[in-house]
Amino acid sequence: MAFAAFSTSTAPVAADTARKSSPVALLLLLPGILYLVLFFLTPLVSLLLTSFKAPAEFGDIGQFDYAFRWENYVEVITTYWPHIIRSFGYALTATFFALIISYPLAYFIGVKARRWPLLQSLALVLVVAPFFISFLLRTLAWKQIFSDESFLVTSLKAVSLLAPDAHVTGTAFSVIFGLTYNFIPFMTLPLYTTLERLDVRYLEAGSDLYASPFEVFRKVTIPLSMPGIVAGTLLTFIPAAGDYINASREFLGGTGTQMIGNVIEANFLVLQNFPSGAALSIILMSAILVLVSIYVKKSGTEELL
Amino acid sequence: MATGTFAESGADLELVGIHKRFPGFTAIDDLNLTIPAGSFFALLGPSGCGKTTTLRLVAGLETPTAGRILLGGNDVTNQKSFQRPVNTVFQSYALFPHMTVLENVAFGLRRRKMAAPLDKAHEVLRLVELDHLASRRPQQLSGGQQQRVALARAIVNRPALLLLDEPLGALDLKLRRQMQLELKTIQEDVGLTFLHVTHDQEEAMTMADTIAVMNKGRIEQMGAPQELYELPRTSFVANFLGQSNLFTGPVMGTTSAGISVDIAGQKVVVPIDRAHRTSGEITIGVRPEKLTLHSSKPARDAGINVMGPGRVIDVSFSGVSTQYLVDVPGAGKLVVFAQNMTFGSDVREGDKVWVSWTIDHGFGLDDDPAEAPRFSPDLDTHTIAAQHLVEGA
Repeated sequence: MAFAAFSTSTAPVAADTARKSSPVALLLLLPGILYLVLFFLTPLVSLLLTSFKAPAEFGDIGQFDYAFRWENYVEVITTYWPHIIRSFGYALTATFFALIISYPLAYFIGVKARRWPLLQSLALVLVVAPFFISFLLRTLAWKQIFSDESFLVTSLKAVSLLAPDAHVTGTAFSVIFGLTYNFIPFMTLPLYTTLERLDVRYLEAGSDLYASPFEVFRKVTIPLSMPGIVAGTLLTFIPAAGDYINASREFLGGTGTQMIGNVIEANFLVLQNFPSGAALSIILMSAILVLVSIYVKKSGTEELL
Repeated sequence: MATGTFAESGADLELVGIHKRFPGFTAIDDLNLTIPAGSFFALLGPSGCGKTTTLRLVAGLETPTAGRILLGGNDVTNQKSFQRPVNTVFQSYALFPHMTVLENVAFGLRRRKMAAPLDKAHEVLRLVELDHLASRRPQQLSGGQQQRVALARAIVNRPALLLLDEPLGALDLKLRRQMQLELKTIQEDVGLTFLHVTHDQEEAMTMADTIAVMNKGRIEQMGAPQELYELPRTSFVANFLGQSNLFTGPVMGTTSAGISVDIAGQKVVVPIDRAHRTSGEITIGVRPEKLTLHSSKPARDAGINVMGPGRVIDVSFSGVSTQYLVDVPGAGKLVVFAQNMTFGSDVREGDKVWVSWTIDHGFGLDDDPAEAPRFSPDLDTHTIAAQHLVEGA
């Protein structure tokens, strides 16, 4: 369903393979099916069962028995609803900024740089380059840059752009900044792949039909690059909503910026309240699934043709 | 450009001293051209001759290196393409894949904030007989239907000038014939100025009032189709517009009626009003269908040129006519088209034949035979660029 957004032509191909499902095809699919059953379906079922567990009657902390304690869900929602809302708010803001930054970049690499293939490849390598360094290290580096004693922050304070007692780390700004920074390549690459195939003759036709450059962009370029926009925003929004590194206190976050990922982490690893962590995970997953389906249905399928 | 109103009628297009240089080669070299309002004008030439560049300059998709473009007397050289009252039917059609046929056609009307864009779009779709497919996507239509949508999308805006960039190239022969007639009818009904770019000489001749033959960024000759066909000025035109038998030789004598030229020891006469040069070495020509084959030497006649004897080296049957290739020693190979008036052919390969034509059918070219370019078909832009580089070095 949501995956249709990542490819423009899955439907006819799938219909084709389904018609001639030979034993060979099944055999080739077997490793994939086994992998999914073992490492996706099993944990999912286990998570679902855990989320309904009740505390063991005479047990220690972290000991639970199988039950159908649906109150777990009510409890986590009433306790953690600010974190849930904050998560989606941060993720949405980060996705928005990533799109605003990535679209011109992808347009430049995919359309404007077509005449210089060397520049195109170089720019693409630069987009991917951050992946050569660990995600954690890069985020820690930003923590250094934003720390109270850093050159950047002291300079900003010196010119009174920041109040003397202000902090950058631990604020919503630094968390959203971290999310945006870390997910930009996931936005840029799908945008690049659609824009790289964008036929500029459509843009010329739009201009020939009295559309100003802005109208050509709004009425022709944007709709034609919709598959890339949908894929990029999904690849950014989904992991950003569940991210627990950027918002963590050890990295760019603080006590007031905890996201749902941090709460799940704390419930599983610190509080050992497995049912609560599991229930939160299930809630996060379903919320993302619902949001994404609405999004794909609204912006995607009709325009993806 | 006035927003919200249609052009009242077609407008003249005037190109003044247009140059267009790309890195490495010159696409257009000092082009001067006037297209009167309401006419159907064809730019004809091989690929790479600069005709598509000319069209893109007029559409505003390229800017000239030098020169001015005037539309209905207004200088539009510095206007962007969306500001010009010009629409294009693109070779690739370039129909927006994310819109329905109807929305494609209404696109230009909506941009210009015209009243009732959808009604007008439906009206034009009815004109091209595609209204029943208005809600389809372009990619669900056949090539011919897409072509008609592209045409509808352009003419719905009633542009002062409609540009057609080989729009019929992708169609099969039968559909192309049908569309040629349709286009011509629409042009006459609507009264727009059409500028049609094509490499198909037959298409240009059937549709256009005026043809300009372009070669290597210059216009070789311009005129009505019959005029160009009957009296080509250069060997390029003689061979690009139909086929020609060309001979080169010295002028032997001139009378008030004609000039006689020595072609491989045989006297050939050309009417003086059909010859562009009258002294020295000149190139003369005659169209293959004007030639008659004889199996014995024809009787002397002052009104007829005779060449021969020669040998038939190839016979090919093409339905309406039969094409003979005759090798006349000293004069070269002649092409003869003979209408198939009787069943079977009495001339076979290897036969000894004479070729004759009425003096009035000959023509004399303006080319200097010494530097007359031999006809080289379909030079693409890269080859031209390469040639320029070699010449420059």
